[in-house]
Amino acid sequence: MRPVLRAAGLALVITWCLAPFLWQVITSVRPAAELMSLPPLIPTRLTAEHYAAIFAGHPFLRIIANSALVAACTTLLALAVGAPAAFALALLRVRGRAVILAGVLAISMFPPIATVSPLFLALSALGLHDTLAALVITYTTFSLPLAVWLLTNFFAALPRELYAAARVDGCTAFGAFARVALPLAAPGLLAAGLLTFIFAWNEFLFALTFTATEAARTIPVGIALFPGLHEVPYGEIAAAAVTVTLPVVALACVFQRRIVEGLTAGAVKG
Amino acid sequence: MARIRFAGLEKRFGTQPVLAPLDLVIEEGEFFTFVGPSGCGKSTLLHLIAGIEAPDAGAIYFDDDRVEGLAPGARDVAMVFQSYALYPHLTVRENIAFPLRVRGAARAEIGREVGRVAEALGLAALLDRRPRELSGGQRQRVALGRALVRRPRVFLMDEPLSNLDARLRLEMREELKRLHELYRITTVYVTHDQEEAMALSQRMAVLAAGRVQQCGAPQQVYADPANLLVAQFIGSPPINIIRGDAVRDLPGVAALLPAHANEPLALGVRPADVRVHFEERPGTIPAEVTLLEPTGSDLWVVGRWRGQRLNGRAAPGVRLERGATAHFSIPSDRVYFFAADSGARLRSD
Repeated sequence: MRPVLRAAGLALVITWCLAPFLWQVITSVRPAAELMSLPPLIPTRLTAEHYAAIFAGHPFLRIIANSALVAACTTLLALAVGAPAAFALALLRVRGRAVILAGVLAISMFPPIATVSPLFLALSALGLHDTLAALVITYTTFSLPLAVWLLTNFFAALPRELYAAARVDGCTAFGAFARVALPLAAPGLLAAGLLTFIFAWNEFLFALTFTATEAARTIPVGIALFPGLHEVPYGEIAAAAVTVTLPVVALACVFQRRIVEGLTAGAVKG
Repeated sequence: MARIRFAGLEKRFGTQPVLAPLDLVIEEGEFFTFVGPSGCGKSTLLHLIAGIEAPDAGAIYFDDDRVEGLAPGARDVAMVFQSYALYPHLTVRENIAFPLRVRGAARAEIGREVGRVAEALGLAALLDRRPRELSGGQRQRVALGRALVRRPRVFLMDEPLSNLDARLRLEMREELKRLHELYRITTVYVTHDQEEAMALSQRMAVLAAGRVQQCGAPQQVYADPANLLVAQFIGSPPINIIRGDAVRDLPGVAALLPAHANEPLALGVRPADVRVHFEERPGTIPAEVTLLEPTGSDLWVVGRWRGQRLNGRAAPGVRLERGATAHFSIPSDRVYFFAADSGARLRSD
């Protein structure tokens, strides 16, 4: 009885999570004429017309490239800044460590919408309106708290004696970080990097506000701007959504174990 | 190699003093041990020498160089940690080479020195393994190798044998002694195991509550303890302490301390000096046997006399039983007297 209940429960949860995505996939391969028919079940025939349309009618490749570039730069920058900060917070004697960590956490609780207008003015004043740099800077700021917390836990879980040993063996504090702590925290870097990447890939609010043209437009905004004057091209939206979801799904599948590890690091002693 | 001098060295954690002002000299090439119960400040002292922690006051000199302000890497010390602290992501070869690589040594020199150390420690066959593939004893050797590879001025060891099983510990003890005789590097060793301290060191300091209670050659500390703390800490099995009126009722003892006739005393006598007999003899005291501990070469007998616990040595094979009466002979020339309150040693002259 119990295995049956368990299977049923699992099926329910999986359906709950995946059904919208499945609907999206189905919509993306349905002929346009069938789109409004309910229920959204199996299409009578499969079509690639929507996929063809998004790449032909829109600068979609450009938008994907923008997103990839922004997400990659954000990830690298967040790790480059976050890892040394986390290392210092975890292993060095930092004055006001608790305050800094609390501050970092507080920043991540700040509703982004509250910062949109001031950030918009600041970035415009800097001449960064409608540039990828504007997004990279903003995303890095907002993804750093998570990265710092995650990595602080990772570094704090390293035996302190390893750090002491590296120092005695002749490393500077930075040398100990680079030669010993960083390689050992690789799973944490991977987890923090992935979460940052996914955040930057999916972000909508800032991207909508800070960009005006396809020069800097990213995927979520690009998709949102699909609707035309007289109709909503559901097929194309679905096709675009599926296209840009797949890389994230693939990343998450490959590194799934690492992400979980990263999120729970420090929670239990390994 | 260096002579180490501490001048008024002091360390507190918050307001809690961990190390009372320490003045001490460790001679060049000496094997010196700080021994004491856990929490006595001995690991902190080692961290101060290494530069992992900074003192609150005082100075540390290596020869004539004042080092307590230098970064750990600039002091030219090497350290073996209790947990070994091997770098898990590096092979044995890379672990041993690490201090040389950090210092930018030439590739050829690194290869040569790693080879030399691996040879001396019997690690040649393990060079391409990672630490997790090694046994405890092998890890210990790698940690030693990493410390020995660059012939430091000072060699620090923080309870390096405490994670090994008893047999391996004895083996490594011999090995450490051999290595010290080979390289003659000034070595500061920290342990809570008094037997280890006795067996290894040329001189040792008994540390308790952040203070050096006594410093000297192991045999000297054992034979002539400065106070009750030292007497109780050094020696295995631990020294017998008899307190109260019973002290003066021991045969031959009352006459030894005319100067302190009216003070409360504690008397110490080492179990190894107490002989236990089956039959009564002149000058023995009768005690009920509560525990028998044969070790092969000896038979340790724990007895109870006037509410005091007494441990002594009987010849193996003596017919003694728990609950029966045995006769303990306490040689009056082997007893120590201490003030019962302060624990200070009282001498008979």
